[in-house]
Parts: sequence; C-alpha cells; structure tokens
Amino acid sequence: MHRTGELYGHFQTLEQQKESAALGMWVFLVTEVLFFGGLFMTYTINRHAFSTAFGVGSNTLDIKLGGFNTVVLIMSSLTMAMAVWSAQVGKKQFVSIFLIATLALGTVFLGIKVIEYKQKFDHHLIPGHDFDVMYRTAHPTAADKPNDMAVEKEELEKAFAKDPDLNAHAQLYFSLYFGMTGLHALHMIVGAGLLIWLIKGSFKGRFTPQYNTPVEIVGLYWHFVDIVWIYLFPLLYLIDRHR
Amino acid sequence: MSEHIVSPKIYVLIFLSLMAGTGLTVWAAFQNFGPFNIVIALAIASFKATLVVLYFMHARYSPRRTHLVIVSSVFWLAIMLALTLSDYTTR
Repeated sequence: MHRTGELYGHFQTLEQQKESAALGMWVFLVTEVLFFGGLFMTYTINRHAFSTAFGVGSNTLDIKLGGFNTVVLIMSSLTMAMAVWSAQVGKKQFVSIFLIATLALGTVFLGIKVIEYKQKFDHHLIPGHDFDVMYRTAHPTAADKPNDMAVEKEELEKAFAKDPDLNAHAQLYFSLYFGMTGLHALHMIVGAGLLIWLIKGSFKGRFTPQYNTPVEIVGLYWHFVDIVWIYLFPLLYLIDRHR
Repeated sequence: MSEHIVSPKIYVLIFLSLMAGTGLTVWAAFQNFGPFNIVIALAIASFKATLVVLYFMHARYSPRRTHLVIVSSVFWLAIMLALTLSDYTTR
C-alpha cells in the first residue's frame, strides 16, 4: 500500500486518517457493548430469579480487593489519557512514561484478580463437581476468625431455608462471575499487549502532535474496558451488602 | 476531532470525580434503600461511564458522526434489554 510517512495513500490528511480510525474503533466498541451486554442481560435475569443465591455468592467476594482494583483501573485510565495528552503536546518522554505506568497498573489489576481467583479455588467455589458453598465454613483455616465463620454459617443456613437448591444456584452466580470477569481480564491482557506495542513505538519517538492515532485508538479501547469494570464492580461485589 | 487537546487539569478532575463515585457506590451499597439499592448503584455507574466517555474518550470533542455511533450502542443495547426482559417478566 502506498504510504508517505505515517499517512496511508487512501487518506488525504493525517487528521482525516485519525478521524476514520477513531470512527472504526467506536464502531468496534459498539459491538463490544452488545457482546458484554448479552452477559449483563444473562446476569440480570438470573439474579432476579435466584436473588438469594446471587447474594450469597456476591458476599463471598472481597470488597477491599475489588475496590482496590477499581481504583487501580481508573488510575490506569488517567495515565492512558495523560499518554494521549503527552503525544498531542509533543512530550515524547512522557508518552513512554505514562504508557509504562498504564501497563504497570493493568498488570497490578490482573495480579489482584489472580489472588481473588485463587481464593475461590481454595474455598471450592469453582463451578463443577467439587463446588460447595458450605466448604469454607465447614473447613475454617487458622486465618478465619471463629466468630466470622459462625455468622457466615448462620447466613448460609438461612439462605438454604429460603432456597434449598442454593448450591446449584450459587454455581450459576460463580459461572457468571468467572465468565464476566474472565472476559474482562482477557480484554485487559489484549490491552496489555497493545500497550507493549505502543511503548515500543514511543521509544522510537513515533508519536508526535501530528501523528498519535495509535495512542488515541488504544486509549479508546482501554477506557472501554475500564467502563465494563465500572459496571461489573457494583453488580458482582456490592449487590447484597446491606443487611 | 480537529485536534482538541484536553488539558491534564480536566483529566485529573475527572479522575477525582470517578474516585468519589467509587467511594459513593461502596457507601451506598451498605445502606438499605430497599429496591433502590440496585437503581442507585446503576445510576452511579452510568454517571461514571458517561464521564469516561465524554472526557477520557474525548466524545465531547468528537464529530457528530461519532456521537451517532455512541448513541447507537446505547440504542441497540436498550432494544436487547427491553425485548428480552419483556419476555422474561411476562412469563
């Protein structure tokens, strides 16, 4: 394809090229909204049908880790936006610095997610043959306070009284939890790959006030992934905290 | 696009608003508003999402055709939610 510098032959100006690229990215994001939308839809219907089990499942999640991750992700959106700004005003070093900061924060998010998933493995909350919502209270570890476990056991017994199929329905919650956060994490991993590509470009000084389309476009994607989490956090972690 | 450069001051302001929104949504989750807990949670999330779209994603400074695409995503999502829920809630 004919190309002059960063300008491809079928565009007249870099600005026109950037607008087209941004439009294309937005159209892709529309498909992503509907992609995640289907999962949110499934979640809503099942949460409505099995609210007791979904409350029990939700309350096993760690608000501190989830909240911390929300802060980390919003911070990474800020650094991403700052990377775009740095490119627009021609501060080439800052482009690299902010992109690296974004990647680092994204990695922290995924690291925390690993810790959270590991806890669910340990507590037998992975949907499947060994799934057991009572496992944690029946097998407390040294780190679990006896009082907390007693409270949790009572809550679970009340929940079982309301919904005898609690174990099956809680699995539904965790299937959606792992499906939705897993898909979100997959998007983060793709984003991390794109950031590495951008960082390499920024080291070569590729992004300037005239040409910063890739930073802008990856930024759109990164912010979208942030938005998905903005909805996932309250819906998965916070639905049944008021008692 | 016409290269509108959003200043770091606005970015930081949006960031702080998003932080405040996160704090608010956690606080609200522990209050008992009955059936309104979920409404409040979704309202705060949507407000945060709007801030991200308008400022971090520069939608506010984008051409109208970009606005059309953004609105269409909400529109198609609304169709999916409305038609599916109208089925499930009337069975």
